[in-house]
Amino acid sequence: MNAPLKSLLSFAGLGRKRQEPRSSRTVPADNARRNIALDIKNVSHHFDIAGSPLAVLDNVTISVKPGEFVALLGPSGCGKSTLLRLAAGLDTPSRGSLLEEGQPIDGPDPSRLLVFQDPTLFPWRTVWRNVATGLEARGLLDTESARVDNALKLVKLDKFADAYPHQLSGGMAQRVAIARALVNDPHLLLLDEPFGKLDSLTRMTLQAELTKLWQEVGFTAILVTHDVEEALLLANRVIVFSDRPARIVAEFEVDKPYPRHRDDTDLVHLRQTILGQLGIAND
Amino acid sequence: MTDIVQTLDEQADTSAATRLVWKHGLIAAVTWAAASIVTIALPDTIKWGSVGLFSGLTGAGAAILLVLAFTVHTLGKTGKTIEHYGPWLIAVGVWFALWEFTTAKTGWLPKPFFSPPHGLLNVYVVEFDRLIVCIGYSLRLWGLGFFSGVTVGFLLGIALGWSRSFNYWGMPILKLIGPVPASAWIPATFYFFPTTFDASIFLVALSCGIPVAILTASGVSSVNKAYYDVARTLGADERFQILKVAIPASLPHVFVGLFMGLYYSFAILVVAEMLGAKFGLGWYIQFQTAYSGYANVYATIVIMAVLCSGIVKLLFVARDRLLSWQEKGLI
Ligand SMILES: Nc1ncnc2c1ncn2[C@@H]1O[C@H](COP(=O)(O)OP(=O)(O)O)[C@@H](O)[C@H]1O
Ligand SMILES: [Mg+2]
Repeated sequence: MNAPLKSLLSFAGLGRKRQEPRSSRTVPADNARRNIALDIKNVSHHFDIAGSPLAVLDNVTISVKPGEFVALLGPSGCGKSTLLRLAAGLDTPSRGSLLEEGQPIDGPDPSRLLVFQDPTLFPWRTVWRNVATGLEARGLLDTESARVDNALKLVKLDKFADAYPHQLSGGMAQRVAIARALVNDPHLLLLDEPFGKLDSLTRMTLQAELTKLWQEVGFTAILVTHDVEEALLLANRVIVFSDRPARIVAEFEVDKPYPRHRDDTDLVHLRQTILGQLGIAND
Repeated sequence: MTDIVQTLDEQADTSAATRLVWKHGLIAAVTWAAASIVTIALPDTIKWGSVGLFSGLTGAGAAILLVLAFTVHTLGKTGKTIEHYGPWLIAVGVWFALWEFTTAKTGWLPKPFFSPPHGLLNVYVVEFDRLIVCIGYSLRLWGLGFFSGVTVGFLLGIALGWSRSFNYWGMPILKLIGPVPASAWIPATFYFFPTTFDASIFLVALSCGIPVAILTASGVSSVNKAYYDVARTLGADERFQILKVAIPASLPHVFVGLFMGLYYSFAILVVAEMLGAKFGLGWYIQFQTAYSGYANVYATIVIMAVLCSGIVKLLFVARDRLLSWQEKGLI
């Protein structure tokens, strides 16, 4: 059993084999042992629309440290989702390369999971079955079904295990989608505007939950968002993109302890700066 | 003290009971009794047989309705269902009475083209054994044809919807021959197959296999691509994507194909039986028409109506079970 699974189990209070004392795990220490990182090197991408190329990414280079939480900000339609799909291995870039722990990304892999803007739950599967999909696909469900229960507890939806997706609210559905990713114990969690369609109260709750999960479980996270405040509350580093084709126009380290407060003066100040950047980018 | 309470209770009960008389049931009892009396009291212009039996059955129906008129409110949910059909029960009684009157009793609608209800009943009494055999033959032929056709059509549809090359070569052929009515193949199939029974199975299978194949293929190819993206990132191989994503996601389409195929299969079943079978409901209709046994024909059509709508109902039940995950309120 590897480290993140153990921490996932122990967080849910249900580790079957061995539990680590929770207090001994600070996030950087835990992740330093796991030599993972995402390397996006000079990636450009274009789509063919009616025969003519549409440039979407322009020479993007990002190096993500293990356990880091990176937020990608940029105007709508600039190419953020495209970049996440490339990182997930769902598409291959027109130019440049993407490496996970030094290995080229050549297809989807459960170690890198993408949570889509729409929860995209399978409507014919119950909540439990949805979360179980990854384990089932890899033939692990028979032996490790407890992980599904734990993941549902983690997102506080264990009471809804037998519900069907159409019976869930938007926030619950998005939490199921997150549990469906986390149950696979991904090294890298790619989140594509996961809270974009939720009401602001639900969004604030889920932001806090996500921060906590990230601290407890210790995955590396890349979050696409159009909400500057969300980026500053959650991320270690905020990367700002230009209009399409997306180019990196600015990067900000956010060196603040969690949980962060949205009225923190430094964060408010940083938000003004980034909004300025985006304003320039929007010109 | 207790006595007074009891008396009050009884009074309350009786007043409640008068309010709870089921008026439609009472009227229906009257119309059924009328049908019974018309049947037994007026003489037949031509003998049809089973007069007493039909009169007795409608009379018994009237008696039951009379009892129900006063007790239906005690039957709970079943009672509610029965009450719902009150107007229908009235209409059926009226219909029986008029039908008796215009056919057997006055001869306004003459034999052999028209038959009174007790004429149909007489067919069931006299031809019971033969009809049972015919039902068995028809169900066997339909069952073999429908299930083989649906199985092949479903598998073909998945292949067409999933595989590019299958789709490239198969879809144009399917689109070309799909709209051809299965009955057009009758002469050719009767020539190619060793027995008419085999040929008939093939025709029934063809008639329902094609809509199932087309709808399954369109269902599979119209599945939201994001589901596959999710499945792939979760580590699903192609087999998993077909079995656990493509098939369940396209099941609503598949059921549309199954319903279409069901109706086509009934149509071709009867035609095929009329053309070459030795037994079966279609054969029986053909046979009786040749002897002007229209009462037998009508009686057989009633059997077909019951069988076919029963099978349709079963398919609805299966669909509601399998598609219970869908949001309600579609149908
Ligand atoms: N599969 C595709 N085919 C063609 N164009 C696409 C495709 N996916 C995205 N695009 C285009 O690429 C641009 C960037 O899209 P996207 O990455 O979704 O933007 P963002 O997530 O930043 O809003 C958009 O103009 C969009 O229309
Ligand atoms: Mg997007």
